[in-house]
Formats: sequence, C-alpha cells, structure tokens
Amino acid sequence: MSKHLEVNPIACAGHGVCAELFPEWIDLDDWGYPIIDRGPIPHELMEHAERAAEACPKLALTIRERAATAAARSE
Amino acid sequence: MSLPRLLAGVRIDLALSLAEHESIHGPAPHASADLIEAVAASGLRGRGGASFPTAVKMRGVARRRGPRFVLVNAAESEPMSVKDRALLDMSPHLVLDGAIAAADAVGARSITIAIPEDALTTKSTLRRALAERRTRQRVKIAPVPVAHLSGEESALIRYLNGGPLKPTLVPPLPVERGLKRRPTLVQNPETLAHVALIDRHGPDWFRTLGTREHTGSALVTVSGAARHQGVYEMACGTPLASVIEAAGGAREPLSAVLVGGYHGVWVPAEEIDSVTLDDASLSRHGGKLGAGVLVALGRSACPVRELAGTVGWLASESAGQCGPCSHGLPALAGLLEAMAEGRAPGDAWQRLERWTGDLPGRGACHLPDGAVRFLRSGMRVFGTALADHQRGGPCHSCRRPTTLRFGDGLAERAAG
Repeated sequence: MSKHLEVNPIACAGHGVCAELFPEWIDLDDWGYPIIDRGPIPHELMEHAERAAEACPKLALTIRERAATAAARSE
Repeated sequence: MSLPRLLAGVRIDLALSLAEHESIHGPAPHASADLIEAVAASGLRGRGGASFPTAVKMRGVARRRGPRFVLVNAAESEPMSVKDRALLDMSPHLVLDGAIAAADAVGARSITIAIPEDALTTKSTLRRALAERRTRQRVKIAPVPVAHLSGEESALIRYLNGGPLKPTLVPPLPVERGLKRRPTLVQNPETLAHVALIDRHGPDWFRTLGTREHTGSALVTVSGAARHQGVYEMACGTPLASVIEAAGGAREPLSAVLVGGYHGVWVPAEEIDSVTLDDASLSRHGGKLGAGVLVALGRSACPVRELAGTVGWLASESAGQCGPCSHGLPALAGLLEAMAEGRAPGDAWQRLERWTGDLPGRGACHLPDGAVRFLRSGMRVFGTALADHQRGGPCHSCRRPTTLRFGDGLAERAAG
C-alpha cells in the first residue's frame, strides 16, 4: 500500500492553501485550482501532505491508501 | 452474415409493430440463464461513447443482492448524433427485447428508459410498443432535459433520483449505486438492441461482422459534407472513407472527418482510407468509435470556427461544479474566439498547450477531458489554420455557417 493525495473537484473552491503548504506536490493552475501529483507520497514528505489536507477549508483534500499495483497503473 | 442487422426491415418515420418485428427477427427467446456469458463471448462493447465491455457491467449488477435496476440511457445528448432516436423510433421492440433480456439476466424487475423531453415521437412510439406486449418488468419512460449532461450517467442518475442534473463523484459506479441508490445497469439503446440479437443468434453469429477486437456492427450518424446525411449501420472495422461513400460520398473535397462527436477526434482527409471504424484503429488518433458520430468537414468550412464554436458550446454545458472545468473551458473558448478574429495575444498557442495539458482528469466527470481531446486533436490537424487566423484574422470561410451544430442538433433534420 502507498499513500496518495486526492482532491474532490466538486468540493474544492480554489483557496490554494494546499499549494502553499505543500508546494513540492501541489501546483496551482491559472485559476488557482490545485494540480496534484498523483504519485505515492514519500515518507519524509507525509507530514506536509497531512498538514495540507487538514488545512483545506473545504475538506476537499484527502490522503488515500492505494494498492501498489493500482498506484503504478495511475502513473 | 450481412447487414443490416439492427436496421433490418425498418421504414423511415414508422415504427415496426410487434408482429412485424417478430416476423423480421423472430420471437425473443425465453429468458436464458447464460445471456451474460453469450454477451461476453460476443465481445460487445457499449455504443454510448465509452466502448465499455457490456458483459462486465452486466456481471457487476448480476452479482449484487436485493433490488436492482436497468436504465436505458437514450438521452443522446451529443448534438451530432441521432442514431439512438432513429433506432427507437423505427425498431422500438428490438431495444425493448434487449432491455428485457438484460433485466432478466441481471435480476432487475424495473426498467427506466430516459429520453430527451423534446423527443415526443419517441415517447409515443415507446408507449405504443409497450402497449403491444406484456413485460415481466415494470417499464417506465422518463423524459429528461435536453442538455449535454443528460447523457452523462452520474448526472442522469442524480437527476432521476430527484437531484439536479449534475455529475457526482465516481466511484461509486452505477453498478454499485445507481437509481434509488441500488445497483443499476446503464446501457445505451443500440447496445441493448445488439444484446437482443445476440440473445437470438449467439455470440459466433455476432462476431461474423467487425474486427477481432471490435466485434459486430454499429450505427453511425453521418453528417456534414456527406451527400446523404443520416443513420447507417456499418460493420466495425469499415474504413471511414467507405462510411462516407455509403452516405452518398462527399459533396465537396474534405479537409477532415470528426469521429466521436464533440468528445471525438479529427482524422485528416488523407487518412480516411486507412483509418477504420473501430477502437484499435481510432486509438492511434487518440479516439474511439464512441457513439458512432461521423462529421465530414468540407474544405469550404473554417475549422477554426468549428473548434471555437464547439469548445464554447461545451463550456456552456458545464455543470459549473468543478473549478478546472468552469474556468478552463470558457478560457479556452475565449482564446479560440480571439485567435479566430486575429486578436489573440502572441503566446496564444502556448496557452492552448498549457491549459489543455492541465485540464484532463481534474473534473468529477469527463466533460473537460472530452473537450480537451477534441481540441488537441483539432490543434494537431488544423494547426496551420489556427496560426493563419491568429496572424491574419478571419478567413473568407469564417462567415459561413458552421458544419457542427451547437444546441439545436441534428434531430430536426431527422435520419435516413
């Protein structure tokens, strides 16, 4: 199992807090909505990922566990 | 085994009665326990757009417990497609046979047929057809708004469940949670008509047409610069040029053929002899057979106007739920419009590249993905025309009406 960031695009309102807290993994598009790296989050960055997810005012950002094979396919 | 299959014996503007239907196709067999296996062996893929293997969905619903439903998605919200409406209007019993056989196979006791609310002929034809037969299941006709998202299954289900016509996050898929939050088999009318014939003649018969991977025949709606616009049944794997020939040939030299409609891809005219009507061939152009929508674009049409108009229409059909779609599509449409008029900023092409690169996979549904697929394919095929407009402004074809229709669709012009 590996952990990945996932955004609920319906809930996301483009506050952009996540990109500020976790720029290694999250970019913003030209309208301020997050573009998220879907790859497995390395252990040493997990703390940043968790902080970004907790800070989302819309609770739109979550960390999900995925089986290694499924993760590989989504790359 | 020859064509037509689905369109055997049909007449324009007059539905086949049950007796006529049975004299053409034979009576529907009694519920067969192994229909799902027969459909699996036939290789049938959905004809609604996604080309998803039909048997996989059927198995997904059949293995659940408790009440489950069949939803016939006849919204056909793609403006350049009329094949499902034509099929329902001319051969309603074939679709009903398929829906009933599929419902028996997956254990559903209720069938809902979603049709556009302006499809009054379809509604009365279905009513009359249902009055002619006894069904074990409860069959309900549900008129749905004429909007692009009516065909998007999560939005359709949400609407039919009493909500707004807006997509939901998937998963859960409809096979897990659909109508009334119960497992639901969502199929397109044409797909179910194929199921009805597989039920009668078996998977080997089905495979006598088509390619090894894309089996059977498909209904295609041919429009644009073809002499005889209309609905044709073709074997999968037929070269695009032969489909245009079947529609009376081109009225003028073509620049490209759009396959798959507003979420589809452009195939340059030089390649329509080698590109065929099946997913394997079309995937080399980034496309799919989809719902079988073919639009022949004549050289007298301005491709930049076609791209700008279509992306603009898709932007207007967005549910507005997801930021990337509700901001990205209008921005793309505005930029294309500016390029068409020669007033776009110098970095317009780079912006097109960036925005179309950023958008896919970031909405709840596939509307932005489809719009981007259509536009990126247009950028590949019509790059020169886009650059010419950006530099020199409107061309002499810009004032002509576009070939692609936005909003009113083909339905009024009916199928042949």
